[in-house]
Amino acid sequence: MKLLYHLLPYLQKYRSTLSWGLVTIILANLLGVVLPHFIGNAIDTMQQLPKDGEKLLSEMIWYSLLVISFTIMSGVFTYYTRQTIIVVSRKIEFDLRNTFLSFLQQQPLSYFQKTPTGDLMAHATNDINAVRNALGPGIMYPIDSLMTLVFSLMFMFVKSWTLTLIALIPLPLVSLAVYYAGKTIHTKSIEKQETYSKLTTRAQENLSGIRVVKSYVREEYEIGLFEKLSTSYLKKNLELAKVQSLMWPMMFLLVGSSILLTIYFGGLKVINNEITIGTLTAFLAYLVMLIWPMIAFGWVINILQQGGASMGRLQKIIDREPEIKNSTDTNYVITDIDGEIEYKNVSFTHESANRTALKNINLKISKGSTLAIVGHTGSGKSTLINLIPRLYDITEGNLLIDGNDIRTIPLETLRTKIGYVSQETFLFSDSIAENIFYGVEDKKTDELISSASVSQISVDVEEFQNKYETIIGERGITLSGGQKQRTSIARAIIKNPKILIIDDALSAVDTYTEDKILHRLREVMKERTSIIISHRISTVKDANLIIVLENGEIVEKGTHDELVKLNGIYSDLYSKQLLEQELEKL
Amino acid sequence: MSMQDDEILGKAYDSNLMMRLIRYLRPYKWQVTGAIVLSMVVALLESVRPFFTKIAVDDNIAKGDKEGLLYTTMLFFAVLMIRGVMQFFNAYLTQWIGQKTIYDLRIEIYRHLQYRSLRFFDKNPIGRLITRVTNDVEVLNEMFSSGIVMVFSDVFMIIGIVWLMFSMNWKLAIITLSVLPFLFYGTFLFRKKAREAYREVRLQVAKINTFMQEHISGMLVDQIFNRQKKSFKKFEYINGAHRDANIKSIFYYALFYPSVDIIGSVVVGLIIWYSANGIIEGTVTIGTIMAFLQFNEMFWRPIRDLSEKYNIMQTAMASSERIFKLLDDKTAIIDSENPVSLNKTKGKIEFKNVWFAYNDEEWILKNISLTIFPGETIAIVGHTGAGKTTIINLLDRMYDIQKGEILIDGINIKNVSQVDLRKNIGLVMQDVFLFSGDVKTNIDLGNEEISIDKVKHSAEMVGVKKFIDSLQGGFSGEVKERGSTFSVGQKQLISFARTLAYNPQILVLDEATSSVDTETEILIQQAIIKLLQDRTSIVIAHRLSTIQRADKIIVMHKGEIRESGNHQELLAVGGIYQKLYQLQYKEQEKASLN
Ligand SMILES: Nc1ncnc2c1ncn2[C@@H]1O[C@H](COP(=O)(O)OP(=O)(O)OP(=O)(O)O)[C@@H](O)[C@H]1O
Ligand SMILES: Nc1ncnc2c1ncn2[C@@H]1O[C@H](COP(=O)(O)OP(=O)(O)OP(=O)(O)O)[C@@H](O)[C@H]1O
Ligand SMILES: [Mg+2]
Ligand SMILES: [Mg+2]
Repeated sequence: MKLLYHLLPYLQKYRSTLSWGLVTIILANLLGVVLPHFIGNAIDTMQQLPKDGEKLLSEMIWYSLLVISFTIMSGVFTYYTRQTIIVVSRKIEFDLRNTFLSFLQQQPLSYFQKTPTGDLMAHATNDINAVRNALGPGIMYPIDSLMTLVFSLMFMFVKSWTLTLIALIPLPLVSLAVYYAGKTIHTKSIEKQETYSKLTTRAQENLSGIRVVKSYVREEYEIGLFEKLSTSYLKKNLELAKVQSLMWPMMFLLVGSSILLTIYFGGLKVINNEITIGTLTAFLAYLVMLIWPMIAFGWVINILQQGGASMGRLQKIIDREPEIKNSTDTNYVITDIDGEIEYKNVSFTHESANRTALKNINLKISKGSTLAIVGHTGSGKSTLINLIPRLYDITEGNLLIDGNDIRTIPLETLRTKIGYVSQETFLFSDSIAENIFYGVEDKKTDELISSASVSQISVDVEEFQNKYETIIGERGITLSGGQKQRTSIARAIIKNPKILIIDDALSAVDTYTEDKILHRLREVMKERTSIIISHRISTVKDANLIIVLENGEIVEKGTHDELVKLNGIYSDLYSKQLLEQELEKL
Repeated sequence: MSMQDDEILGKAYDSNLMMRLIRYLRPYKWQVTGAIVLSMVVALLESVRPFFTKIAVDDNIAKGDKEGLLYTTMLFFAVLMIRGVMQFFNAYLTQWIGQKTIYDLRIEIYRHLQYRSLRFFDKNPIGRLITRVTNDVEVLNEMFSSGIVMVFSDVFMIIGIVWLMFSMNWKLAIITLSVLPFLFYGTFLFRKKAREAYREVRLQVAKINTFMQEHISGMLVDQIFNRQKKSFKKFEYINGAHRDANIKSIFYYALFYPSVDIIGSVVVGLIIWYSANGIIEGTVTIGTIMAFLQFNEMFWRPIRDLSEKYNIMQTAMASSERIFKLLDDKTAIIDSENPVSLNKTKGKIEFKNVWFAYNDEEWILKNISLTIFPGETIAIVGHTGAGKTTIINLLDRMYDIQKGEILIDGINIKNVSQVDLRKNIGLVMQDVFLFSGDVKTNIDLGNEEISIDKVKHSAEMVGVKKFIDSLQGGFSGEVKERGSTFSVGQKQLISFARTLAYNPQILVLDEATSSVDTETEILIQQAIIKLLQDRTSIVIAHRLSTIQRADKIIVMHKGEIRESGNHQELLAVGGIYQKLYQLQYKEQEKASLN
């Protein structure tokens, strides 16, 4: 029932259609339920009037027509039932899926770091499906069953209440059996589902890392792991199968007994002239009509349970407030940024980490200047710059842009004005042009070409047969390392950003090409703020300001010349790179 | 494979596919036989029910025979019991067969996938392959477990009913069956329409899944580039198309079910009408009418379910077609029949006039010839996209070359088994991949021959041990999907450690330290000097400082070897290398002047 509560807002949207659906169910059942009555009457008439041919024949034609026309009328309403209730369930599925995606779109980076893609996919498919099932069949069948049950019981009671009671003895057992079996089935299904998702995750991991698997000849090991998971999945399935296999025969046995009791006791009544043979026929027909509702009751309880559980899971996800979003502090007057960035006593700890990644950072990057960051692996460089487009929100201190607290700037404005080239490239399996155009509204070819030539990817693209229309593989696998990086640089430049951030995105580019890119970038970035992370001195030395990060702290700050003189980490790094050059010269 | 694969609809029945599917049942032929026999018996027992009604009504009730009635009901009950028990065994057995079969099939597909070559993975999106191993196989379960056996049971039930009907009253039987042509035509129309709608649904489902998968992985990009609204619109469009396709198919179902009911009611009408004549003539008894009314009901159920079964069959046929298409895709690198064994290579590598293209004739490598002697360290430099990684891929035989030869210790690598070849070559890949799981498994990849000490030692050599120790759980610390909570350099180091742990004879470093700081890089170089002493190594790097110690430097340009020789020789040539060098050197020089 919690399910209904969560779904209320979705259901409300379609309440008039749903109400019509309910009306049609009732009408269809009312019309359908009199059929056995007609048939029973027909048989009685046949038994009473076998000699009066004329009259019998005309009455029988009348009954035939009644049966057919009532079925047609009932059929029309059944048609409308599906057209309303099941259709609405599809519409709600659509709404739910949209809600789910827009929820995901608001989640911060840290959410995706801790939630496996496979899990999210499972929610988007299995859970939403289960909810839809609970909504369509889950609403239609119980009401339908209830109606059939009520109406046929009414008819049966009127005809013979004693026989009704006798016939009904096994039926509650049916629902009970279905309910209990259903419960076991439910728990077993959950276990089965969990194993299944492990299986899927394994396949996902394995295929994503297939290059590693092959190069280390781990195929057989991987197959072994998968076999183990498959075997346990098989076991879970068989356990489930046992319960399920038991359920159906039980059901038919109980229903059969009901028919049997009716035939026996009803037969006795007929012999004793308490009821007519037509009534007995009608009873049998009613029982047949009741079989399905009985089964459906139990079955529907399962569907509803599963749907409820799924909706619960979805709700828990959807209810999660994104940590990073516009808030009451957001100042919507800000529609542009100049590019001055200031860190004031900023500290930051990753959600799942046991150490602070940034400690007490104080730093001012003035508008239009270039900041370079160097530092050891894992010293916090990426973390530091990830704060600017608010991929993470700082845990302590203030981060100001143009003097405004970053949290007061509308998220969209902020991100539109930032060109960010992440350390790891992600490209979509689309054409190169579409990938570069990713962040812009109107796609202008001349801008495409100019930004591609700044990042030097144009040179490579010219060599490709389909030029910019070349379709690249998933995550860009059909491009070389440097080509991927340069495509993603072009993607950032074409946005014409006020702040450009390049996180070690030239690491796979040779020095010759890098030099050209930096040269071209300098032109483009004249008026803009840029931040560049690199391990190469040659990349960073011309920056207006260089900082050295060590264990999350700024340990050195200054221009190239100042830092060289400082005789600290930077000058050490410098001399190491220089020393190597000198060595080579000898 | 392409999008079209998801459009494969399959017929509801395709004898070729069916034959191929049935082959998977062969190991379980006795169980299958058992299930078929059981389901036949169950079907027959089911179809006698109306017969009992007739006997009860005509022979017992009409004659006032109470004892006979009790006797008939008891007999009926016995039949019911037997049928129940048999049905249980039948149901379990069919499930068992289904599960076993799809288990076999799933493992077969998985194994097949493991041994496809990279050419295959370049073209097939992972999401779709996963669907083959999971969903598509799952769909077959239903067909294997209920589908095939059910066909027998339905056929027997129908035969049983028809036989009993004719033996009771052939005229009524004919009347009951007279509407069949209408039913068949109706079903035919329905199937045609439902099929089209179904195609559309499948297509949209595939699109939704692909979209979701890609946009969840790339959510960061969406956010950074402010694309959420646009992406949402795109998604809403697909999602809407999916909804509409479903609504269309609901329409056909909504029409079909009542229509079948109506046709059924016509039969009831006919039975009543005809029986009136029969009663007058005395050829029909009340019991017969009741039996026929029940027959009618029973006869329609399997047919009414037909649409449901039709769906199962159609989905199953479509899935099996996709699965078989995958299994028939033989894109693989095949070992030669009698491979030369290569236990521990000396480390001599030769490329002889090698030509290679990823696609058709777009040559990526042109006429590459080079020789690397045991124990030598060679470096490959060149502009991005020149073909450096490609050379490595070829050496590891990830792709087969179109022309020329690659030799290891003088043996063509095509004559060495891939296991032997790759065991000898340790490759630190340019694109780092970490599995979710723990750190240790990411280094030893589950290989039990690699001790934990070796793992730790390797991590130590690349200077990442301190970091790993600082993690919660140390070497058993958790690694998230693709290592998303590590810094890029840390990931690269772990992947480097992995290679060292495998202790290869030939070490290949493809930009292995591109995201690592210089200090750590130098430490690694010093740490592996000893290791490299009598091993061959190939180093690809853009930072020339990284490759200074190489015995030979090869300069690649647009797929060709332009220059080769040691540092001094290359400088003397005055080509690309000198330009690259000057660029780095000049800058250093300039800087040092300041
Ligand atoms: N799987 C593939 N399918 C098709 N083309 C590919 C594939 N992999 C690489 N290429 C193309 O082959 C060429 C050479 O790529 P390769 O990866 O060998 O370059 P590289 O020298 O390693 O460059 P980088 O220094 O950027 O890593 C590139 O133009 C690239 O686009
Ligand atoms: N999402 C996360 N959860 C927990 N810890 C994290 C997360 N991301 C990074 N870290 C840790 O924070 C530290 C700083 O990481 P960061 O990515 O900023 O390093 P970096 O300086 O960019 O290194 P590199 O040069 O390797 O890119 C590292 O020790 C890393 O393991
Ligand atoms: Mg980083
Ligand atoms: Mg490369």
